[in-house]
Amino acid sequence: MKVLMFGWEFPPHISGGLGTACYGLTKGLSKIHDMEVLFVVPKAYGDEDQSSVKLFAAEDIPVISKKLHLKGFLKEFEMLEISSRLIPYLSPEEYQKHTKDTLTGEYEFSEEQYIGKLKFTGKYGPDLFQEIADYALVAGTLGEQLHFDLIHAHDWLTYPAGVAAKHVSGKPLVIHVHATDFDRSGGSVNPSVYEIEKYGMEHADKIITVSNLTRNTVIERYGIDPAKVTTVYNAVEPIDVEEKLQFTKNVDDKIVTFLGRITLQKGPEYFIEAASKVLKKTQNVRFVMAGSGDMFHKMIHRVAALGIADKFHFTGFLKGDDVIRMFSISDVYVMPSVSEPFGISPLEAMQSNVPVIISHQSGVSEILNHAIKINFWDVDAMADAIYGLINYDALSKMFKIYGKDEVDNLKWENSALKVREVYDSAVSF
Amino acid sequence: MKTICLYFQVHQPFRFRRYRFFDIGTSHYYYDDYANESIMRKVAEHCYLPANKLMLDLIKEYGTNFRIAFSISGVALDQFELYAPNVLESFKKLAKTGSVEFLAETYNHSLSSLTDTDEFVDQVNKHSIRINELFGQKPQVFRNSELVYSDSIGATIADMGFKAMLTEGAKHILGWKSPNYLYYNAINPKLKVLLKNFKLSDDIAFRFSNKGWSEWPLTADKYVAWLKDLDKKEDVVNLFMDYETFGEHQWKETGIFEFLKALPKVVFSRTKFTFSTPSEVASNFEPVAAINVPFPVSWADEERDLTAWLGNDMQNEAFNKLYALKDMVKRCNDPAILTDWKYLQVSDHFYYMSTKFFSDGEVHKYFNPYESPYDAFINYMNVLSDFAYRVKAAVSETEMEVNRLGKMIKEKDELIQKLKTELNLTKEGPEPEKSLKRKAVSSVSKKKPAAKKPVTSPKSGTTKTSTGRTKKKQ
Repeated sequence: MKVLMFGWEFPPHISGGLGTACYGLTKGLSKIHDMEVLFVVPKAYGDEDQSSVKLFAAEDIPVISKKLHLKGFLKEFEMLEISSRLIPYLSPEEYQKHTKDTLTGEYEFSEEQYIGKLKFTGKYGPDLFQEIADYALVAGTLGEQLHFDLIHAHDWLTYPAGVAAKHVSGKPLVIHVHATDFDRSGGSVNPSVYEIEKYGMEHADKIITVSNLTRNTVIERYGIDPAKVTTVYNAVEPIDVEEKLQFTKNVDDKIVTFLGRITLQKGPEYFIEAASKVLKKTQNVRFVMAGSGDMFHKMIHRVAALGIADKFHFTGFLKGDDVIRMFSISDVYVMPSVSEPFGISPLEAMQSNVPVIISHQSGVSEILNHAIKINFWDVDAMADAIYGLINYDALSKMFKIYGKDEVDNLKWENSALKVREVYDSAVSF
Repeated sequence: MKTICLYFQVHQPFRFRRYRFFDIGTSHYYYDDYANESIMRKVAEHCYLPANKLMLDLIKEYGTNFRIAFSISGVALDQFELYAPNVLESFKKLAKTGSVEFLAETYNHSLSSLTDTDEFVDQVNKHSIRINELFGQKPQVFRNSELVYSDSIGATIADMGFKAMLTEGAKHILGWKSPNYLYYNAINPKLKVLLKNFKLSDDIAFRFSNKGWSEWPLTADKYVAWLKDLDKKEDVVNLFMDYETFGEHQWKETGIFEFLKALPKVVFSRTKFTFSTPSEVASNFEPVAAINVPFPVSWADEERDLTAWLGNDMQNEAFNKLYALKDMVKRCNDPAILTDWKYLQVSDHFYYMSTKFFSDGEVHKYFNPYESPYDAFINYMNVLSDFAYRVKAAVSETEMEVNRLGKMIKEKDELIQKLKTELNLTKEGPEPEKSLKRKAVSSVSKKKPAAKKPVTSPKSGTTKTSTGRTKKKQ
C-alpha cells in the first residue's frame, strides 16, 4: 500500500510535537512490509529555505523529490519537498506579523503553469490562508502525477491539500487530527480555521484522532459521524538513557520542571501558583519554566509579584540535547495543560526516569497509569502532588520502576498497525 | 455428619479526607466525616440492617439449629456508634439468641501481626474486651485482618488462650489436602485451624450475580446439591465471606437475600447437614493434621499472599514509617494521638496504594476514595507526616520537662556545693555530717524528673537567699 502523506514539518526542523509524531508514525509504518509512504512537507519557514522558492518556480513541476536515508528506517524513505512558508503553531494573525516585513515580490510566479489543472489565482503572499491554498494546489498536481492508494493529511494546514489530492486522484482520504482550534485557542475559535478543519473532516473518508478527548471534540464540536472517527494514541521513540543521561545537577535542591510553549493552552500560570504554594512549605526545591510563548512576560511578572523569583527560573526555548539535559536534572515534570489533544512530552520525561504530573485535560492521561493526574485548575492538588514527589522518596522510586516500563511499551510500531487498520477500512470503504 | 460453618466479616475503614501538604502542622483532623458517615449509612441500609433482620428471622424459625459467626472490626464498631447505632442494636439482638458467635480480631483491623507482636497482642486484647462489653461473649476463636495467617502468628494466638483461628484454604498451603477438615497449628497443636473453602465461598461472594458465569443463576437447590456432592467423609464446609456480600457487593435485586433465606430451608429438608459456629467446629471435630504455613497467607487475589497490602515500595515505606513511630507513640498519653494511631493502622490504607490492579486490568474501585495508588500514598504520607510531628512534639515536651527539671536540680546542687564551700571556709574545717546529708538530698532529687508536675522555678536570686538561709540554719 502506497500512501501520499501531507505533513508540515519533519525532524530536525520541528517546532513542536507534531513533527515528532509524524516522524515516529512514518518510521513505524516503514516496518510494515507492504507499506510505502511518500511524505510531503512545505519546507520554507527559515531563511535558508527561501532559495527553494526559486527552485520551485524554476522547475516545471513545483516539487523536489529526493531520497533520504534515515537511521532506523527499514527501507528507503522518499521525502518530497514543497516550497511553502507555513509555520506551525502560529495563528493567522501572528503569521501575518511574522512574515510581513520579510516579504517582497520575488516570490511571485506565473500562474499559467497551473491553468487547466486547478482553479487558482493569486500569489505567495503574507496570508496564511493563501499559503494553505497554494499547498493544496501543489497537492493537486502531485495527486495527478504520483501513484498511490491513499492520502493521509496531518492537521488543518494540510487538510485542503489532502482534499485537493483526493479530488484529483479519487483516492480515499484519511485525516489525522493532532489538535483542533479549540485546543489552540482555549475556546475563542478562529472561524476561518474552524471552517477549514470542518471542511477537511467532512471530506475525509476516515479520521484519526490522537485521543478520545480529541475524538469527542471532533464529534461534538464539528458534528462528525462517530463511526468515521478512530482514536490511535501516539507513542514515543525509544532513547538510550544511559548514553543521554550523563549530566549531573549542581544544586542539592529538587527541581520541578514545566517544559512547553508558554501559552494559554499549556496552563503555565497554574504551575506558577502551585509553585508558590509549595515554596511556602518547603525550601529545598527550585522550579523551572522552559519554553517561550506569548504569555512569557506575563509569567515573569507573576513570579516576581509572588516573590518567588529566587526559586523560580526561566530558561527560554530549549531544544535538542538541552531538553534531555533538563529532564536529566529534573525530579518532577509537570504538564498542567488546559487542553492537550495528546501531549508527548510527559512520555519523554518518563523515559528519562522523571515522575510526571499531568492534567486530566490531556489525551495522554487516557493511557498512562503511572502518572499523577490532576485537573489543570486544581493548584492545590498540583502543589500536593509536587510536594509528595519531592518529599516521599518511595514515590519516585515507584515511578522509576513502573513508569519507565509503561512508556517503553508505547511503541510506534503498534500505533502504526492501528493506523494501517484505518487505511484498510478506508480503502475498502 | 458434615457441618456448615458460616462466618461473616464486618468492617468499614475510617477514610481520610483529602489532606494536603499545607495542612501539615496546621490541621490535625484527618477524617472524611461526610464520606464515612454516608458510606456507613448506605451500607447499613443496603446490607447490615436487612441482613441482620433476615438472620434474626432465620434464627427464630430454625432455633439454635441455624448458627452463624461474625467478626466485627473495632473500627467498624466505632463507626456504628458514631453513625449507625441501630446497627449495633441489631447485632446485640442477634447476640442474645445464643446462635451467634462473635470472633476476635485486631481492634484496628491492622496488619500489626506482621511486624510487632506486642502491638498485635494489645490490639487483640482491646477488641476482645470490647466484644465482651457489647455482646456479653468472650471470644474463643480468632480471625486476623484479611485472614492473614502463618505458623508463628498462630502460635502467638495460641499463647493468648484462643482455641482456634481462621484462615484461607489457599491452594499452595493445602496442596492435595482438602480444606473441609479441621487442622492444627504447626508450632502449637492446641490451636485448631479452620480453612476457608474458597471455591464455595466465592461462588456466593463474588460470582453470585455474574451473568457470564456458567452456573448463573445460582439457586439454593443447586448450591446444596454441590454441598451434597462433596466427599461424604469430610467434616466441615467453611464458608467465610464479607458480610457486605448481602445487599452491597451483591445487590438486593440479584436475589441474594432470597438465596440466603432459602439456604437453611433446603439444607434441612434435603440433607442431614448441620450448622456450627467456629468454636463448635473446633470442639466437636478431631483435627486431621498440622497445617504448615511458614510464610504469611491472606484471602486476597489469586496469590493469596500479602502483596495487595505490602507489595510495592510505597506500601512498604508507609508501613515501615508508621510502625517506626510505635515506641514514641507508647510514650504519649494524649488521647487524640492514640486514636489517630489506631486508625492510621487500618489495612485498607495500604490496599489503596496497591499497583497490582493496573496489571490485572481491573482497578479496585469499591469504596476506594482515591483515583490512583499514587494519590493514596501521597495523602497517607501527608497525614503520617503531620502525625509524626505531633508525636515528636508530645514526646519532646515530656523530655524537655525532664531536661528542665534536671537542669534545675544540677544548678541547685552546684549552689549547695558553693555555699557549702563558703561555709567550710568560714568554719575552717570539713563537716562530714553535712556532706552526707547533701548527698542524700541530691540522690532524692535525681529521681524527681519522673514527676510530671512542673516545678515552678523561683528566680535565682530568691533561691540563693532562701537556700542560703536554710543552709545556714543547718
